[in-house]
Amino acid sequence: MNEPESPSLLELRGVSKSYGGVAALSKVDFSTHKASIHAVLGENGAGKSTLIKIISGVIAPDEGTVLVDGKPASFDSPQAANAAGIVSVFQELSVLPDLSVADNISITRPPTRLGLIDHREQRRRAEELLARVGCEDVNPRARVRDLPLSRRQMVEIAKALGRDPKLLILDEATSALTAADVDRVYKILHRLRDEGMALLYISHRMHEIEELADTISVFRNGQFIRTFAKGACSDEEIVQMMIGRDVSNVYPPKPVRETPPEPELEVKSIGWTDRLFDISFKVGKGEIVGLGGLDGQGQREILLALFGVLRNVTGTIAIEGKEGLVSSPVAATRPSKSMALIPEDRKTEGLMLPMSIADNITLTALSWLSRRFVIDRTAENNAVEAMVEKLKIKVGSTNDPVATLSGGNQQKVVIAKWLLTGARILLLNDPTRGIDVGTKEEIYRLLRELADAGTSILLYSTDYDELIGCCDRVLILYGGRIVRTLEGDAITETNIVASSFNLPLDEAGAPAAETAS
Amino acid sequence: MNNLKMRLSHNTGALIAFTLFIILYVFYSSLHPRGFTSDLFVQNSNEAMALILVAMAQTLVVILGGIDLSVGSLMTMVNAVASEVVIGSGWEIFFGIVFCMIVGLCGGLLNGVIIVYGRLQPIVVTLATGAVFTGIALLIRPRPGGEVDGDLSWVATSALSELPATYGWWTDPPGWFSLIAGIPMPLVILAVIVCGIWIPYRNSEIGRGTYAIGSNEAAAYMSGVRINRSKLAAYALSGLFAGLAGLYFAVQTGSGNADPIQAGTYTLNSIAAVVIGGASLMGGTGGVIGTIFGVMVLRSITFCFRVVDTDSVVGFLANPLLQPMFEGLILVIAVTLGAARAFSVKNRLNMFG
Repeated sequence: MNEPESPSLLELRGVSKSYGGVAALSKVDFSTHKASIHAVLGENGAGKSTLIKIISGVIAPDEGTVLVDGKPASFDSPQAANAAGIVSVFQELSVLPDLSVADNISITRPPTRLGLIDHREQRRRAEELLARVGCEDVNPRARVRDLPLSRRQMVEIAKALGRDPKLLILDEATSALTAADVDRVYKILHRLRDEGMALLYISHRMHEIEELADTISVFRNGQFIRTFAKGACSDEEIVQMMIGRDVSNVYPPKPVRETPPEPELEVKSIGWTDRLFDISFKVGKGEIVGLGGLDGQGQREILLALFGVLRNVTGTIAIEGKEGLVSSPVAATRPSKSMALIPEDRKTEGLMLPMSIADNITLTALSWLSRRFVIDRTAENNAVEAMVEKLKIKVGSTNDPVATLSGGNQQKVVIAKWLLTGARILLLNDPTRGIDVGTKEEIYRLLRELADAGTSILLYSTDYDELIGCCDRVLILYGGRIVRTLEGDAITETNIVASSFNLPLDEAGAPAAETAS
Repeated sequence: MNNLKMRLSHNTGALIAFTLFIILYVFYSSLHPRGFTSDLFVQNSNEAMALILVAMAQTLVVILGGIDLSVGSLMTMVNAVASEVVIGSGWEIFFGIVFCMIVGLCGGLLNGVIIVYGRLQPIVVTLATGAVFTGIALLIRPRPGGEVDGDLSWVATSALSELPATYGWWTDPPGWFSLIAGIPMPLVILAVIVCGIWIPYRNSEIGRGTYAIGSNEAAAYMSGVRINRSKLAAYALSGLFAGLAGLYFAVQTGSGNADPIQAGTYTLNSIAAVVIGGASLMGGTGGVIGTIFGVMVLRSITFCFRVVDTDSVVGFLANPLLQPMFEGLILVIAVTLGAARAFSVKNRLNMFG
């Protein structure tokens, strides 16, 4: 235990919260101090979100007390927490798309003149705050809807800073940022800490925490496990604390092939507007091919183009030798194409949140579960149970709404839904984003099992470790083109990073000295 | 220049509505037997005014992301009230007008309270309250009638020049007055309402909250916007606008008429006008200025039908019995065109968000 000398800015004593009998937090004691970056780690369902929501006044605890500067405080709304100097930047963006950047930044307590909003002063303030986060290129008059995702997130951070926080909470705040922005955000966060601000930081990316945090707290199953200074525990120990069991090998072994597998999917010179240029590659039967590179270089667009979501795609593809672009997602799922796409955002593109787990799982497979337009209930139940078992989805009843599941289990439902179609080609768009370590591991194993059974898999991931651990080959994209294909031992962190920035490799294709842990 | 461009692009809807109105109105007045005259303009303004106010009421609810089915009924109720109270001495008339505005405001506030604290869908709540408003209107005025002060009627529906003339402010108008004497009085009233109520509201924290809620309610809450306060204010203001519509309608016709069919027509047209004016039914965008032009477009279309030669091939357009059908069709077309941007979307996922 490493207890800093400074007095605690925020303290939680015996805080508990349950939802419908399930304890999300139980008897948590937790404190954070001025002038520190405090990372909160834990699997999904560990209670991190609940903790943050209680601190920022979104929900009230069932029992226990929250103390700010040693005095008991109870926040009944985000405004109340703001007033006490606690400001959050949430994982799900809280920007208002139809309002201007300046409006967003000064959404509460705007500068006024004669009782009306002073737009000029508001713009000036926005410019100042944007400059502070290094986003001078954003016009305060622009509508947030028209900005790219990474800029929106920066606006969000500028907005939070505009409220003069004493405690700034960042919940997965960097997940939407580009690499250059992440660097900038790190610098800002370090500076804010040096100025005396307390920062509470939540991320699933281990290397971010290593780079940023001074203090780390681990949560597991709604309980506070331990707080320690950075460097006091190794990565393995931390992972151990989070999952409470040994992780001997996160990634299943890759098969060794003598000859390349016969191609299942052949992509021939695909292009789309100014986002994709001359994309050609093959995915063999039973192969896992990764799409890598910096975020937003066209990886998502490749998956969407293959799945028939984009219009005006040029070039062609061949599946088992049969040529022709896919015209729509419905066409993509037909037996002749037999594709499945696990989308990026499970809440909006992957699931019908209010519908039951069973209905979600069988949604895409209804055509073969139906007999003369009527759904065969027995077949449906059998299929659902088989999937729940196969993917180890933790459910009370399969008739519960899917919204009641944790993030990791929701993602499993999305995967189950597509597996049920028996797709031969599986496209995955960052499937483990925002998912806990344990579930990630299960997903990796599942992917390898599917590949071994002959499924061809195209995996886009923003996590380099994942590409290294899972893929037989990795295609690196840069500016909408494939700039390099890494294979076998050449798939290393150094090579991926170098290729992502379109830099030459030390020795072309050769294994680099550094290997990923 | 860049900023100007950005401003224009944020108001495309209103600009399109304005252009469309100019084209239609020029077309109409050129076909009109007497051509464009001040009298014609005054008459057309009178015909558009009540709908403009009702559509302004609708705009607020649409910005919030809802639809208000009670605006026409609330207007009708205030119309019935006005036919009882806007008469008598100067002060009596004044307090009658204030009373009408308060009734409208309370009607809107009632909607707001039920929607906010009952956590109900606006469309359901306003369908119900709309029936209540119509019922009260029928109770007050079982058959058309009542009376509204004649001078007020005359002034409110004529050109500005009649205002000093009727009340005898001056016998010899100053020179500058002749420049604005021809402006229709409804437009003057509208300008006062827009500048006195809408623009301050739009530029207040509460008003911006209205847009924030329609844009993304959860995000607005998380950002510390006072959701309930903003919603209640928007509904109350919506009620005030609907009340002003009822009041103007009473002043214009000199009587009250609790006509449920007419209430429905006004509600329907208000939605069409808001959509034509560039607001998205998803909420978060649009504004009263766009809506005003939306109404003008809508009314111009009706005016054009009027001047159609009944013997020509399109003569059937002039048949008044077909008007409700056209109004319905126009709404469908307006909503469809509003959704037409989906065709230019290259990534089909963007069509749903």
